[in-house]
Amino acid sequence: MLSQIKEITLLNLLNLPSRLGSSSVIIVGIAGVVAVLVGLLSMATGFTKALESAGKPDRAIIMRDGTTSEMNGSLTVDQRAIISAMEGVVVGSGELYVVVDLRKIGTDIDANVVVRGVEQDSFAVRPEIQIVAGRNFEPGRSEVVVGVQAVQQFSGLQIGDEVPVRDQTWLVVGHFDAGGSAYGSEIWADLAGVQAAFRRGGFATTMRVQMESVDAVTALDDRLQADPRFDLTARSEADHYAAQAEARATLINSFGQAVGVIMAIGAVFAALNTMYSAVSARTVEIATLRALGFGSAPVVFSVMIEAITLALLGGLLGGGLVWLAFDGYSASTLNNASFSQVAFDFAVTPDLLQMGVTWALVLGIVGGAFPAIRAARLPITTALRGE
Amino acid sequence: MSIVSLMWANLFRKPTRTSLTLASVTVAFLLFMLLRSISAAFDSGIAVTATDRLMVMPKYSQVDSLPFAQKQQILRIEGVDGIAHTSWFGGTYQDPKNFFAKYPVDPLSYFDVYSELDLEPADALERFTRERTAAVVDVGLMQDYGWEIGDVIPIQGTIYAKTDGSRLWEFEIVGQFTEKGESSSFPLFLFHYEYFKEAASFGGDAVGNWIIRPSSAERADAIAQEIDALFENSADPTKTASEEEYNRQFARQLGDMGFITTMIMSAVFFTIVLLTGNTMTQALRERIPELAVLKTLGFQDGTVSLMVLGEAILLCLVGGVLGVALAFLIGPGLVTALEGIFGSFEVNLTTALEALVLSVLIGTVIGIIPAVSAQRLAIVDALRK
Repeated sequence: MLSQIKEITLLNLLNLPSRLGSSSVIIVGIAGVVAVLVGLLSMATGFTKALESAGKPDRAIIMRDGTTSEMNGSLTVDQRAIISAMEGVVVGSGELYVVVDLRKIGTDIDANVVVRGVEQDSFAVRPEIQIVAGRNFEPGRSEVVVGVQAVQQFSGLQIGDEVPVRDQTWLVVGHFDAGGSAYGSEIWADLAGVQAAFRRGGFATTMRVQMESVDAVTALDDRLQADPRFDLTARSEADHYAAQAEARATLINSFGQAVGVIMAIGAVFAALNTMYSAVSARTVEIATLRALGFGSAPVVFSVMIEAITLALLGGLLGGGLVWLAFDGYSASTLNNASFSQVAFDFAVTPDLLQMGVTWALVLGIVGGAFPAIRAARLPITTALRGE
Repeated sequence: MSIVSLMWANLFRKPTRTSLTLASVTVAFLLFMLLRSISAAFDSGIAVTATDRLMVMPKYSQVDSLPFAQKQQILRIEGVDGIAHTSWFGGTYQDPKNFFAKYPVDPLSYFDVYSELDLEPADALERFTRERTAAVVDVGLMQDYGWEIGDVIPIQGTIYAKTDGSRLWEFEIVGQFTEKGESSSFPLFLFHYEYFKEAASFGGDAVGNWIIRPSSAERADAIAQEIDALFENSADPTKTASEEEYNRQFARQLGDMGFITTMIMSAVFFTIVLLTGNTMTQALRERIPELAVLKTLGFQDGTVSLMVLGEAILLCLVGGVLGVALAFLIGPGLVTALEGIFGSFEVNLTTALEALVLSVLIGTVIGIIPAVSAQRLAIVDALRK
């Protein structure tokens, strides 16, 4: 029996190239499904990655109690000094989070881009930030440095360009790399300068503090909650960004899967069609094999293997194409939680590719099953007559 | 037998094959309908109805605000027929995932400027005007959360606290609204500006946007320019655009929905053309002797060729019609399910028409090669096969 299976399956597979025209329908159909599915999900993965890599669990973000956006706070100089001196705090920086409208490259869309007013300690809090071109801004001058993702997404951010910031223009003096995190979508400038331009007095909207340990973050939050001088919460940066990424990533994921399922239904019909015609084209051949004493199980098996092989090829083709075309492709979208643009790179991860191939396999099995059963049930005598 | 029924009979000489092909084509057009509807909703912005209204926003950033004092100055401009305002309140209902816009508005001027909104019950506007903590809500939003008129809705203020330090805002729903002739409008939660002004610990003397109704469409551009000129050198400069443009800009910040749907649709239709094309060529190959018989019986080359082309178009058109029908059938349910995610979109007749035109086009593309080979078929060679 095993040798029968082996022989028929081999025969089928070796025959495949001669049926390439009709077989390609399965391959292309399933490649299409996998490409669209993996493509859409890679967008969600990339978006999540950009936001989550910005967050470190032992770094705390201090915001107004009850808000989820960095935009909504007002911390005075005194409050910031008190917090920086609290137990467990290594270093803290006050930051003013505002947005300006910049044009997205290649479009006529004005998008909200984050301008973060920062202190020198902001760089100490985030050691991952490196100036990769030009130099850092000098405090007291109207200068900015720009994240590399922002440079790719929005026009007029090359070194030497002037950025309109409200009624002033500020000079771009450097670009910084933030390790692919959401900070890379931002423009950074001197806190005092941003406060002046946006008429925010001495206020910061948020604070970043490097804590001694992960546990110190909760301890800091407890202290802030208990202190009547503050209407603030501290939470780990990792939690903050994970929460922001969740909603949008879920949205893209469910959209991707919905489209994937509908396409998959279409592709199954296509696969069924191809396998039915593959079986009907070989009616005489199959009947001959049966007449020679081959059982029906090997026939079923061989048809299934053929369908699965074609589906796998399709899955690999689709996944491969998306990986080639979209892995690392940069895009940006509006982060509802912070009302600003986040640039991200599509991430076609091994996990996603594996999932795509799994879908392809399932489609292959479904598409092969019914034709395989029909092949096995062919009455030998009529089939031999070629009807 | 008419030529169309001959084509139909020909299509179904292999019922399994044709049904499966038809099913794939149907699924493709169902997907087309849904994606086009979502993408169209994005393109046309939030409000589907075209109006002459103008949106006045802060010049530099949508997160700034505009002083209330601008209202009187704007009203003095010639041709300004009505003015309303909205502000971004933020706030969450139960869970941050429950995302919908909550605006403090002036009841009378808001429903005057947004005249396409129908409020019910009859006393809704009067109660909304009179009662401080009243709110009116889009019907679709009411259904999403299972709210009833008379319910008190707690909103946690993420931006605005009240002067007493509390962040809990409570509003009583006194009415619901729809767009005229529609089953809902944009998911909006509107409450009383006077209440917001009194109770908010800050920000009560400012608004986010002014919405202007010009007396005539021709005056709109001039009014926009006059408003921007008026405040150009003030502390709060403005940027005025048509409502349509404003909505489009805002929606497109989410990302290029059109690009994504175009990519998906290309992948889908590429597959469909290949699949159906393959089926048609196969069907033709099997029928070469039949076609030769038709030609022998006196059918013209052109007629036979047109018949083959017609079969391809018929197959795609039937698939298109089924896909469109299916979209209309499951569309309303899907719209309700996805409204929170994609905003309001609807499966409409324009999209249906596009789908049908596209199905004929694709049928032509698929049928053209078999049709040409059918025309060139020499009777003697074909009969010998």
